[in-house]
Amino acid sequence: MTATAITATGLPVELVKLRKAYGSTVAVDGIDLRIAAGSYCCLLGPSGCGKTSTLRMIAGHEDISDGDLLIGDSVMNGEPPARRGTAMMFQSYALFPHLDCTDNVAFSLKMKGVSKEERRRRASEMLELVDMGKYAARLPAQLSGGQQQRVALARALITRPGVLLLDEPLSALDPFLRVRMREELKRLHRELGITFIHVTHSQTEAMALADLAVVMNQGRIEQAGPPRELFNRPRTAFVARFIGGHNVIAGEGGQDAVRADRIRLGDGGADIRVEGTVRALEYHGSSVHLSLDVPGADDFAVILDEARFFDSPLSIGDRVLAGWSRRDTHPLVA
Amino acid sequence: MTMTAAPPEPSRVSASVRGGGKVRAPLLRRAAPYLQAAPLALTLLVFLLVPILTIVAVSFWDYDSIRIYPDFVLTNYVELLTSPVTWKTYLNTLKFAALTWAITLSIGFTVAYFLAFHVRSTTWQMVLFLVCTIPFWTSNIIRMISWIPFLGRNGLLNSGLISAGIIDQPLEFLLFSDFSVVLAFVHLYALFMVVPIFNSMMRIDRALVEAARDGGASGMQVLREVILPLSKPGIAIGSIFVVTLVMGDFITVRLMSGGQSASIGLMIANEISLLQYPAAAANAVVLLAVVLIMVVAMLRVVDIRKEL
Repeated sequence: MTATAITATGLPVELVKLRKAYGSTVAVDGIDLRIAAGSYCCLLGPSGCGKTSTLRMIAGHEDISDGDLLIGDSVMNGEPPARRGTAMMFQSYALFPHLDCTDNVAFSLKMKGVSKEERRRRASEMLELVDMGKYAARLPAQLSGGQQQRVALARALITRPGVLLLDEPLSALDPFLRVRMREELKRLHRELGITFIHVTHSQTEAMALADLAVVMNQGRIEQAGPPRELFNRPRTAFVARFIGGHNVIAGEGGQDAVRADRIRLGDGGADIRVEGTVRALEYHGSSVHLSLDVPGADDFAVILDEARFFDSPLSIGDRVLAGWSRRDTHPLVA
Repeated sequence: MTMTAAPPEPSRVSASVRGGGKVRAPLLRRAAPYLQAAPLALTLLVFLLVPILTIVAVSFWDYDSIRIYPDFVLTNYVELLTSPVTWKTYLNTLKFAALTWAITLSIGFTVAYFLAFHVRSTTWQMVLFLVCTIPFWTSNIIRMISWIPFLGRNGLLNSGLISAGIIDQPLEFLLFSDFSVVLAFVHLYALFMVVPIFNSMMRIDRALVEAARDGGASGMQVLREVILPLSKPGIAIGSIFVVTLVMGDFITVRLMSGGQSASIGLMIANEISLLQYPAAAANAVVLLAVVLIMVVAMLRVVDIRKEL
């Protein structure tokens, strides 16, 4: 499998004060974002945060209420979807149920008036690229979810887009397949070199895939940056909670975040200590996750290395002293 | 609705809960599927199978001008199939069916498309859909008769056109003609096209339209490449309704053609009024066969199973 079937270059995408309102409800509230050409951007957030509306505005399936959308160097606000250099992969894949895989993939070529042999040839090349060559004559209903997704991917890529838009592409797959498709997306991104914009509500997915992760909440961007930056320096309490693995605690003049895996139990060498009761215990293999009842925090998580935990095991209801070093705390913007 | 071939498996939980006696419960469990199927089977037997078999039987009987005789003769069929009147009448009926089908299809598809894809709010969709059904609140006959004062020689349309100076002479073709017959058919049966096509269209995932647009399809291309093929089951069901209704009709043709045009249904009705029941029965059997062939032909073209 090679990516020679596609020779496109990634396009940069820029959102300037982009806004989407449905009547009086504001879905996207004037966001600014610059996505570099060829990067993998994940729009991340809970449902209703405006991430899908943003993607659909970029794709051209939703009118832009206000602000500007730039793809490449041109403003694309009113352009039809096919003229934006984007291609979209839909959440439910939206494969045409009456067409076989080849015709599904060749659809956009047919619309352009490419001759039948030419478009079938290019469609089968594209199906090979996503490893679906041997299913070319099947109808979508005869394919599994994962296979349908590959076909949808091929259909999006055959237009040689500069930007590939993915609307929750992995949410309909079972966990095992999800991990495999994640790797595959990453590989395709590396080989094709085009810009990927991927909407997801899973922070694991965003962490695993993104160069640029954008956390959205209530139509605004809470924080945008590389996943490592988000994880180590969450800007707001929302980001810290949404990314997970953090405790939000009351600090001096506001809230602080501290990573759950930086918390130690017992007395040794901690600058800050709290006392709590073990409420829940979860064994995760390489680590053990504890939830503590701590005064002043509604949820206090501790992630311990498995071996360290079993050196002095605890059980539910035990009183325990939790502590961490001052340099692991990180102040949050209100 | 999905059709399942196997009778539903009786629930074990309820059987064991109900089962006070150990002998009765398994018997009931085995009989349950048959009991469940019985009402429909009996209804079909009494109201469909028995009448059709009676008609088939009578079609082989003999008759004269005053009575009919139980017998087994083929004369009814021979007379029917060798008479040029039969063939002319069939041709005329088929012409009505084809014209009505073509017109109701274009109206039905357009209306359904508008309702399904251009009316955004569900409330408005339902309101407009109900508006489409308003003609059905009156009887067929009333709906037909109401055309007569409108289309007649001195009717509203003719007098309106004359007083507007568009024509000098009243248009004769408006009433008691093939035109008025087809017009009445379209008026009566257009909804039978709208409903199944609308139903098919409402099942089309809106993301497919977006996907087509994403692939560069224009409005017409979306219609031709996505919506039309996916509406085919609805078109087939509507076509079956319209064609069978028109093929079997007699009252519309009689009323709207003023007795100047014939259809198979009318021919059968005339035979019945002359008490030639065996001839009418033979005619009905042939008509049934013709209509069934037409339906089968339509079903071969389009698979409607997933729509049921």
